[in-house]
Amino acid sequence: MKKDIILSGVGGQGILSIATVIGEAATECGVNLKQAEVHGMSQRGGDVQSNLRLSNEEIYSDLIPQGEADIIISMEPMEALRYLPFINKESWVITSSNTFINIPNYPEESKLLNELSSLSHVVQLPIEDMAKEHKIPKSANMILLGMAAPYIEILAPEQLRSAIATIFARKGEKVVEDNLKAFDLGFKL
Amino acid sequence: MEKKLLLGDEAIALGAINAGLSGVYAYPGTPSTEITEFIQGNVLARERGVHSRWCTNEKTAMEAALGMSYAGKRALVCMKHVGMNVCADAFVNSAVTGVNGGLIVLAADDPSMHSSQNEQDSRFYGKFAMIPVFEPSTQQEAYDMVSNAFELSERLKLPVLMRVVTRLAHSRAAVSITAPKEENTFSPDNDRTHWVLLPAIARKQYLSLISKQAEIEQDSENSSYNRLERYGESKLGVIACGIAYNYVREARLENIEVLKLSQYPMPVDMIKQLSSECSSILVVEDGQPVVEELVHTIVGSDYPIEGRLTGKLPRTGELNPDNVAKALGKEVSETFASAENVVGRPPALCQGCGHRDVYNALNKVAAEYPGARIFGDIGCYTLGALPPFRSIDSCVDMGASITMAKGAADAGLFPAIAVIGDSTFTHSGMTGLLDAVNDKANITILISDNLTTAMTGGQDSAGTNKFEAICLGLGVEPEHVRVVVPLPKNMEEITNILREEINYNGVSVIIPRRECLRTLARKARKK
Repeated sequence: MKKDIILSGVGGQGILSIATVIGEAATECGVNLKQAEVHGMSQRGGDVQSNLRLSNEEIYSDLIPQGEADIIISMEPMEALRYLPFINKESWVITSSNTFINIPNYPEESKLLNELSSLSHVVQLPIEDMAKEHKIPKSANMILLGMAAPYIEILAPEQLRSAIATIFARKGEKVVEDNLKAFDLGFKL
Repeated sequence: MEKKLLLGDEAIALGAINAGLSGVYAYPGTPSTEITEFIQGNVLARERGVHSRWCTNEKTAMEAALGMSYAGKRALVCMKHVGMNVCADAFVNSAVTGVNGGLIVLAADDPSMHSSQNEQDSRFYGKFAMIPVFEPSTQQEAYDMVSNAFELSERLKLPVLMRVVTRLAHSRAAVSITAPKEENTFSPDNDRTHWVLLPAIARKQYLSLISKQAEIEQDSENSSYNRLERYGESKLGVIACGIAYNYVREARLENIEVLKLSQYPMPVDMIKQLSSECSSILVVEDGQPVVEELVHTIVGSDYPIEGRLTGKLPRTGELNPDNVAKALGKEVSETFASAENVVGRPPALCQGCGHRDVYNALNKVAAEYPGARIFGDIGCYTLGALPPFRSIDSCVDMGASITMAKGAADAGLFPAIAVIGDSTFTHSGMTGLLDAVNDKANITILISDNLTTAMTGGQDSAGTNKFEAICLGLGVEPEHVRVVVPLPKNMEEITNILREEINYNGVSVIIPRRECLRTLARKARKK
């Protein structure tokens, strides 16, 4: 089995933390992984993405070929759409529907969400709102990972859960608790 | 064997530590920064007291590393590709002096200019200096090569260049880790005859460098990193350099013969073999067409070679699995075109950043002077070129703001204003300031001091707490060294000072100083 995942969002939204958790789970389970990420200038509020490749076989390219991504996991709806050429008709798009508007020419929100909804395999939720509502504003990204967990398949949700515990352990119990709560919240929906 | 999930940069760092590294010397630069940061945070490196403090620029780094090599220890110099230009004098001459302890120069190239002002290919520098070049395809190779490169460096008594690209530097994979080796013993070179490059000695050393070329070439021929792989009955030969090998394999073609090329100079016999077994060759290399240009000298000008120069691959920008598959003649699937409701989202200065206040003040005052030009520099504040500020008129290389402003002022431009960050100023701005002072140039310089090297993630800045003293020491008049706090509430004071200093006929330095918000937040979290 292989799963090619594009993680996307805006600099500072925490997509690299999602990548770290998946990476930890994959390493723990002996699943091969390559994960290309963006550092540097674009982290200042620009669009950021990470190509995450999981496979039971050898992985060659660090980047995902066009049309071969199985899942887009995005913290922001326009950023999900940016990678449309990388998915195919079977692929899933798991995204937050909360827009992040830090540019003057951001597209009309209704048009954007319509285009997103026109895809056949889309899961979208206002995760920023949900995170605030449940008083875990810093864990919105783990709600998203929870939402995506059933589609990752090559890793079991329980394996992702224990990776969250490992990765956030050094930040203290409360942080681990919040992130697990967020994951469960996204997973159960 | 233990496996660790590592970025390409981290694999290099750990490879170096476990190969008995005694010092890393570097100036931060994307995509090379994480190498030094990893060493700074590594337990064994700390226990051993491996040098890892940031240097003022790539030239001081290169020279200090050469000094450590002179003393018999293994040293690593890391930089982004354009840093090679800064250290080129020391780098090229280190091949003439030769080395004592193993010396690796690591250049991280940035094809597609994700975070850079050009996409120059560091492999040219290896050829120019006539030294071996390693170019890993994978994180594992990056780890393994460091140890091999140190050994080769000590055997040949030459520095070795290691070249990576952004996609390897910033991509993670599992790496098998070997046991750490001891550091070299302290053993300064007692032989002066090759370290003092007076013309008579340099001529001998240059001949010695040339005499080593046959051995260097033979080493490429024998290298385990260079190999021919045949897939089915092949008519098409492919030379796949470094990371390009991954994209070629990703296409999973069953009718090609591949020369995986990861050590230079080019293995002539292997290339001759490839050319004799195939009817044409496609050169796949990330960066500039270094191999494509040279391969004709081996296979003859009539042999059909394709690559970036012939348009088979894009002339600029990084390789990816799609443009490589296309060049190999494979159909690339296209299910969806680009979405309609997507626009670019360029990076921007953080909300509340002091650079914002600097540009707000500058824009206000510059509007009062019709001839005003603002010469920018390299750092977060280069984003002042973009909306909403659109403040700066130039950005070329580290330190060029001050010297370009000076040259333009020499030509009669008024007011000539330079904006430079604190770390960039100590990297390459100080010498230009001395020129300006000695020439009594009519320029106004803003050293926008956020107490860190912010763009690359908040590394220590060499001149923190020293800027007034540096400017006074270089001869700027004390009354024209002005410090302000860039905050909206101080806008009137800042704009008044700007006007006063623009109107002063001579060199003025204004230092807007306020800590980077990200560094500040990181410090608060640590507490």
